Amino acid sequence: MQANTLSGGFTKPAAQSAHAFRRVLEAMARPGTIQDIEGAAPPAPMSPAMGAVLLTLCDTETPVYLAGDMDCEAVRTWLAFHTGAPFVGPAHCMFAVGSWDALAPLAVYPIGTSEYPDRSATLIVERSELSVKGATLTGPGIKGQTTLSVPDVDAFQTNRKLFPLGLDFILTSGARLAALPRSTKVS
Amino acid sequence: MTEYNFAYLDEQTKRMIRRAILKGLAIPGYQVPFASREMPMPYGWGTGGVQVSAAVLTPDDTFKVIDQGADDTTNAVSIRTFFQRTAGVVTTTATRDATVIQTRHRIPEEPLHEGQILVYQVPIPEPLRFLEPRESETRKMHSLEEYGLMHVKLYEDISRHGHIATSYAYPVKVEGRYVMDPSPIPKFDNPKLGDMAAIQLFGAGREQRIYALPPYTQVVSLDFEDHPFEASKANHCCGMCGATDSYLDELIIDDAGGRMFVCSDTDYCEARQAMGHKGKDAA
Ligand SMILES: [Zn+2]
Repeated sequence: MQANTLSGGFTKPAAQSAHAFRRVLEAMARPGTIQDIEGAAPPAPMSPAMGAVLLTLCDTETPVYLAGDMDCEAVRTWLAFHTGAPFVGPAHCMFAVGSWDALAPLAVYPIGTSEYPDRSATLIVERSELSVKGATLTGPGIKGQTTLSVPDVDAFQTNRKLFPLGLDFILTSGARLAALPRSTKVS
Repeated sequence: MTEYNFAYLDEQTKRMIRRAILKGLAIPGYQVPFASREMPMPYGWGTGGVQVSAAVLTPDDTFKVIDQGADDTTNAVSIRTFFQRTAGVVTTTATRDATVIQTRHRIPEEPLHEGQILVYQVPIPEPLRFLEPRESETRKMHSLEEYGLMHVKLYEDISRHGHIATSYAYPVKVEGRYVMDPSPIPKFDNPKLGDMAAIQLFGAGREQRIYALPPYTQVVSLDFEDHPFEASKANHCCGMCGATDSYLDELIIDDAGGRMFVCSDTDYCEARQAMGHKGKDAA
C-alpha cells in the first residue's frame, strides 16, 4: 500500500465532513452557486473538491461507479481505504464519478422509480473549470434565474423531463463545486 | 466533549441522513425514507428534527430552538443544551443571529435570510395519512398525483363549517407537484413557506421521513376558487408589544377568566418591547 493511499483523507473527520456537507447542501439547495470545499487531497486525476464530496457522502452503503480515467489503481485504493465504498457498474451505482465524456451515456444510470424517485444516482462530474457564465438556470433554489457553465444543455433538459425521477449532478473543479439537481431547468 | 460523537450521531448515520437531505432538496416536497436512530429524548420531543439538525450542524453554527414560538420551554431548552454540549455550537434566542433554527410548530415572524436553515420537527409527514392508512397506497397516490381525495376532504370542511376548518398542518402543493404536510404550524404561517430565502428541512423521527424546500420554492396552500386560502389569526393585537401582524396565543390571566393575547414568537415580542412598543396589557 502506497503512502499516498493513507493520506489525503479528512484529518478531523467529524468536523471536516460537517463543514464539507454544508457546502454540498448549499450547492444543492441553491443550484448554480459555486461553493468552496476543502480538506481532501485525493490522488490524480481526482480533484480535491470531488475527493471531499466522496469522503462526505460515501461509505460501505453507497456503490460507486468510477468512469474513464477515474477508474485507476490510485483512485480505487484511496477511495476504498477512506470510505469502504464498493465499486460497481453504472447501472447499479448510487454515485458515479468522472469527466462528462467518460460518464456518458446518461441513460444507463438509475433514475429512481415513480414511488421512490430518490433511488437514483448522483453524478459527480469533474470539470476543467466552473464559471458563473453559461447556460440559464431556473427552478427551486434559484431566485429568478442564474447562469452556470454546464457541460451539455440538451442532456440536462432531457433529465428535467423525467422529474420527479432523474439524476442529480455535482460539478467539481479544483477546490470548488456547484450542483444541478433534477429540478433545475437549463436553457 | 470527547465522550460524545460530534452532534451525538456516529459518522455513518450522519452520512445516511445527509444523503437523504440532498435527495429531499432535489425533489422538493417528496418524503425521503431514512433509517431513524434512537435519540436520548422521547418521541414527540422532535427526534426527527434533532437528527436533521445533527446532520447539518457544524461547530461554527449559531443555533436557536423554538417550541411553538418560544425559546424557553423544556423541549426547546433541552434540545439547545444537547447541541451546545455535543456539537459545541453557540446558541441564541435572536432569530436574525441564528444560522440553524430548529422549530416545533411555528415559523419565526421575522423574515429569514440566505445563510439560514430552518429545521422542522414533524410528527406525521404524510398529508394523505388520514385518508389512507396504508403507506403503500399513499406512495402510489403521490406517484400518480392522485390528490382528488384531499380536495374532497377540504371541501367537506366547507360544506360542514362554511369555511375550511383545518387550521394547523394545512396541506400545500410544492412546485405544482407534491402535496406536502408543512408540520403542525398554524395556517397563518403557510404563506411564509414559499419563496423563503432560507433552506427548509423537515424531519419525522418515528415515521422515518425527511423532506425539504429549497429557497425560493413555489409553495401553494390548497384551496378552491370560491373559497380561497386565508392565513387567519385571532383578530387582536399583542397585549405586550401591540403587534398587529403576529400570530397570537390566548392566555387566561386570572381566575375570573380574564384573557390576553400575546405573540407566540417570544423573540419577536421581546425585541419589539425592547424597541419601546407597548401593548394594552403591558405593565
Ligand atoms: Zn408581542
